[in-house]
Amino acid sequence: MTSQDATDVVPSYDVDAVRSDFPILSTTMHDKPLVFLDSAASAQKPRQVIDAVSSAYESEYANVHRGLYKISETATANYEGTRETIRKYINAERTSEIIFTRNATESINLVAYSFGREFLEEGDEVVITELEHHANIVPWQILRDEKGVVLRVAPVNDDGELIMSDFEEILGPNTKLVTVSHMSNVMGTVLPVEELIQRAHAVGAKVLLHGCQSVTHIPVDVQALGCDFYVFSGHKLYGPSGIGVLYGREELLDSMPPFMGGGDMISSVTFAKSTWANLPHKFEAGTPAIVQAIGLGAAIDYVTDLGLEAIGAHEAELLNYATQKLSSFDGLKIIGTAPNKASVLSFTLDFAHPHDIATIIDRAGVAVRAGHHCAQPLMDRMDVPATVRASIGLYNNRSDIDALAAALADVQELFG
Amino acid sequence: MSDDLRELYQEVILEHGKNPRNFYASEDATNEARGNNPLCGDQLVIYLKLDDDGRVANASFLGKGCAISMASASMMTEIVKGRTRNEAESIFEAFHGICTGEEAGHKLSDDLEKLQVLSGVSAFPTRVKCATLPWHTMVAALHGKDEISTE
Ligand SMILES: Cc1ncc(COP(=O)(O)O)c(C=O)c1O
Repeated sequence: MTSQDATDVVPSYDVDAVRSDFPILSTTMHDKPLVFLDSAASAQKPRQVIDAVSSAYESEYANVHRGLYKISETATANYEGTRETIRKYINAERTSEIIFTRNATESINLVAYSFGREFLEEGDEVVITELEHHANIVPWQILRDEKGVVLRVAPVNDDGELIMSDFEEILGPNTKLVTVSHMSNVMGTVLPVEELIQRAHAVGAKVLLHGCQSVTHIPVDVQALGCDFYVFSGHKLYGPSGIGVLYGREELLDSMPPFMGGGDMISSVTFAKSTWANLPHKFEAGTPAIVQAIGLGAAIDYVTDLGLEAIGAHEAELLNYATQKLSSFDGLKIIGTAPNKASVLSFTLDFAHPHDIATIIDRAGVAVRAGHHCAQPLMDRMDVPATVRASIGLYNNRSDIDALAAALADVQELFG
Repeated sequence: MSDDLRELYQEVILEHGKNPRNFYASEDATNEARGNNPLCGDQLVIYLKLDDDGRVANASFLGKGCAISMASASMMTEIVKGRTRNEAESIFEAFHGICTGEEAGHKLSDDLEKLQVLSGVSAFPTRVKCATLPWHTMVAALHGKDEISTE
């Protein structure tokens, strides 16, 4: 947003300056300037993150929580420092509520295995929605098959919005867990999570909220929302891959058994019996992703410096621009038309398959995702085999959208 | 637009993709198999009718997929008709070779030459599976398997 209007209070930043922080954005793909529109799959990394990672390796690397020497202390302080950065970012009450995992998928599995096995019984109901990623479907199916819990699916309408009345009807005395995406990775729909959480709590259910997509666009305050668990992956938040987060309310995490056993997660071990470490380490068996966590800390600092509000406003403006631009294409259908959506534009062309589209525009330097986006049940619901998905990150600009539109003209030329 | 794109999306492929031949479920199929590409969600079913001496008397398919997989399936059903099991399998081997580029320069025998139009996929490693999925599925059907996945 570069509005000069003095009454314009929407915060903004200099997108060109931001682009120069991301080295990959000045590279080429098939000899064309890279146009990266796949941040919803994994975001690119700014120089600040790359530098934090290399300097952690170059001058401050050692295992954490173990060494009685200076660089191990420094590595531990930096690693644990990220926990505080995350706590602030999502406004958790305590750092002990921030568990490091490999990614959101592992965070969800941790809850399914630990909370699910301990507290859910045959006949208890777990509620998901029709727009979920496989990561929020399969762990619950495994639990269903193991424990006889019942998986209930709240439907979406043709615009890709959750149908609230159906959701409410599904809730009942047997609902023990509601586990939903804050934002759809396929359609960009932002779910009314405040309301969902209230309704779920009203029937005594716990709520697991997936921030995978929303964590990069929408400020989250886990205490104000009151969610019981919140998960996200570092790699979508401009941080390294291999690091993810599980937030859980302390009394819940305290009541849950460990997910994996090993070093770092114990208080004492004898062959007869072991006792568990305190939170958060009870859930972090083995040597963690030390440098990845440090990189994630740098990524969150980067995003916080720009400001999530400014990022959200910039992306919303661009999503609008893209929606208008693509809507004028003959035969193009946007999948996901909820009024409340962010940063993701899925579409189909009636004369070409999404894979053909992706291949053709790749040769023009444009990176998008094509396929089912790990949400096959949603593809069935929206009655499409696959979609092309262009997703917008904090560094995208109007030229990126123009390049996408120009590349789609190539598809039209070949297939139209 | 790049030359390898024009090479990949030749007129013949687009035409087969739009109007696939033998695109129906055979009621009298003796062998049928479902092929899945879990990576992209492509799915198709190949129907074969084998006669008493093991020849493919009829071949058809149904499915959803990109232009490459639809064209490949369409051309395959035309080509395997009338072939013995062994012939069908060795055609697949030759075809696989031209798709992966392992047999670059190698020419297919005259009666298989039309498959050559699909050789453009060799410049697109992520799309080779699109061309070969129908063939893998056909071979699975020949062997009496009812489902295969490629990744
Ligand atoms: C909504 C949603 N849930 C879960 C995931 C899985 O994330 P990861 O592969 O990082 O665990 C993703 C990312 O693909 C996602 O968008």
